[in-house]
Amino acid sequence: MTSTILSAGIAGIGFWTRGLPSWAAARAYLADGALPADAPARPSPQLLAPNERRRAPETVAVALEVALAACTAAGRDPATLSSVFASTHGDLAITDYMCQTLVSDPHSLSPTRFHNSVHNAAAGYWTIGAGAMAPATAISAYDASFAQGLLEALAQVATGTDAVLLVGYDSASAGPLGAVSRSDGLLGGALLLVAEPQPGMPRLRASIQDAKDDPVENDGALARLAAGNAMLPMLPLFEALGLARTQASITAGSGKKLEMEIAYD
Amino acid sequence: MPALAISAYTATTALGRGRAAQTQGLHDRRSGLRCNDFGDEGRLECWIGRVDGLEQAPLPPYLAAWECRNNRLAWLSLQQDGLLEAVTEAAERHGADRVAVVVGTSTSSIGATEEAYARLSEALPGESRRFPPDLDRPIVHTPHSLGDFVRHATGLRGPCITVATACSSSAKVFAQAARLIQAGLADAALVGGVDTLCGSVLFGFNSLQLVSPQPCRPFDANRIGLSLGEAGGFAVLERREAQAQGLQLRGYGESSDAHHMSAPHPEGLGAQLAMRDALARAGIGAGQVGYLNLHGTATPANDSIEARAVAGMFPEHLHASSTKGWTGHTLGAAGIVESVIALLALESGLLPGILNSDTPDPACGPQIRFDNAQRSIDFAMNNSFGFGGNNASLVFGRA
Repeated sequence: MTSTILSAGIAGIGFWTRGLPSWAAARAYLADGALPADAPARPSPQLLAPNERRRAPETVAVALEVALAACTAAGRDPATLSSVFASTHGDLAITDYMCQTLVSDPHSLSPTRFHNSVHNAAAGYWTIGAGAMAPATAISAYDASFAQGLLEALAQVATGTDAVLLVGYDSASAGPLGAVSRSDGLLGGALLLVAEPQPGMPRLRASIQDAKDDPVENDGALARLAAGNAMLPMLPLFEALGLARTQASITAGSGKKLEMEIAYD
Repeated sequence: MPALAISAYTATTALGRGRAAQTQGLHDRRSGLRCNDFGDEGRLECWIGRVDGLEQAPLPPYLAAWECRNNRLAWLSLQQDGLLEAVTEAAERHGADRVAVVVGTSTSSIGATEEAYARLSEALPGESRRFPPDLDRPIVHTPHSLGDFVRHATGLRGPCITVATACSSSAKVFAQAARLIQAGLADAALVGGVDTLCGSVLFGFNSLQLVSPQPCRPFDANRIGLSLGEAGGFAVLERREAQAQGLQLRGYGESSDAHHMSAPHPEGLGAQLAMRDALARAGIGAGQVGYLNLHGTATPANDSIEARAVAGMFPEHLHASSTKGWTGHTLGAAGIVESVIALLALESGLLPGILNSDTPDPACGPQIRFDNAQRSIDFAMNNSFGFGGNNASLVFGRA
């Protein structure tokens, strides 16, 4: 069993789900159960032009919203950052549209929806909006998507990249696909990871451990609020960060978990 | 970066199964493209690179839960060139927990989802239409279908990831695997990529007016679009102390165009950034590269921009070509397929030219070669660029 420990500082956090449109709102909710009044039903990512903001797929909107929030919190210029986008399913509503249209009238397929159907659509819109020519990747690992994205981000930090933006997101499924690939609501979380933590930043140390005898628990307040979303497995880490807990674990697939220690001071 | 040994590698394309079939087709300048015969009536008029025999090659019963065309092609590809044996040896050498699975795909097994929609249950009042029972398997309707299948098919237990950055996917897997190994999370990795023909990509690229009705003509002045193909391929990367001989991954470079979702940067800045980064990581100069497999999709925009980017970086003696006239554009599998062709060039000295093309685009420098050549080289490169302006470039060499 590997015991390699990877570490990074968390310079900024972004978070969005229906009812909790920011990391500040999520922390307040964790602290006292208060939901903000008038939370928007849809994120409005400022990185996109106003017309694109309305037209963007939900997955792109939530990913760009939390990504920018993490950069803003860290005071980092998004144009300089390498990025890792993790999503279990990509945009399920577009997959439903593509499959419906292929059955009914394949020649009418929308070119915009087609290029928005790629798993790296959010990564693409992010690099375009931010003007970032740094590497961007898009991955999936089913229920371990966030953990494997975090491993890739930490591996980038360990091999010479000074700051890496990690974004996890999933949206609601639609149509007949919805009964098979289940996912509800809209959820996004982002971490800006840095090689050299500044004083006051949470510091993360992560290692892969066996999960067989000690399954990962995920029943906190955020998980109850965002229940049903396919990116739910990332929430134990965000709960721990919101409550300043020093330990968290998330499922990493293959019977493994990502065990994390978090230091604050 | 520390060089990584390539213990085994393979590709299965429209040219056939395994490395020998690729070498033969490239050497004979025989295209694998055929008139589109994929799917039911109402097919697009175009040419495709189809892998023969998938319809008669079901997965073994213990892998039936992952049954679909894409995973069939993954399984068929894994059977070639001793790949599974090399995986077993790597697992014995390092432990199955220390061997990662990093595979790339653009659409994974969305073909199975398309099929489910074509065979939905009857519409009844008050009931939603449902997938047919044989396709009511969540794992084949999600991008990680490929990675999850490969993990189960090989028994590997290291980190397991599906990279899905469109047409750069299975080039980026080399970069991610190299980082996992360098960071100490694994000692070896099975990398690769698989994409299969499906309605989404045929009609999707058609909607963007990028599909040629004729076999694609990369870097030809009269090119009008791409030919789509399907393929699978894999390689085993290992950390080795004092590797005495054999092929190696020497460098990788990744970048973003930051320009447009489906059109390349007009000056090829992202492409150049990825190539320069790969050369820097390999610690070699552009003049040392003997063969460069280009992305070369044969779309009007891609090829002239890529040719200019190459002319601006490499000396005249470079032999650069696109092999998509043989295989078609295999999308998320292009990275591994064309890395395999670059590795074959290193091993055998067969430097492929370009098929179907005869009139060079005005942007082509002397680096872009239409004819095959035969000579020994020290380093080979591969470019793979994807939607969203996602670029990857790899450098291979010998120990």
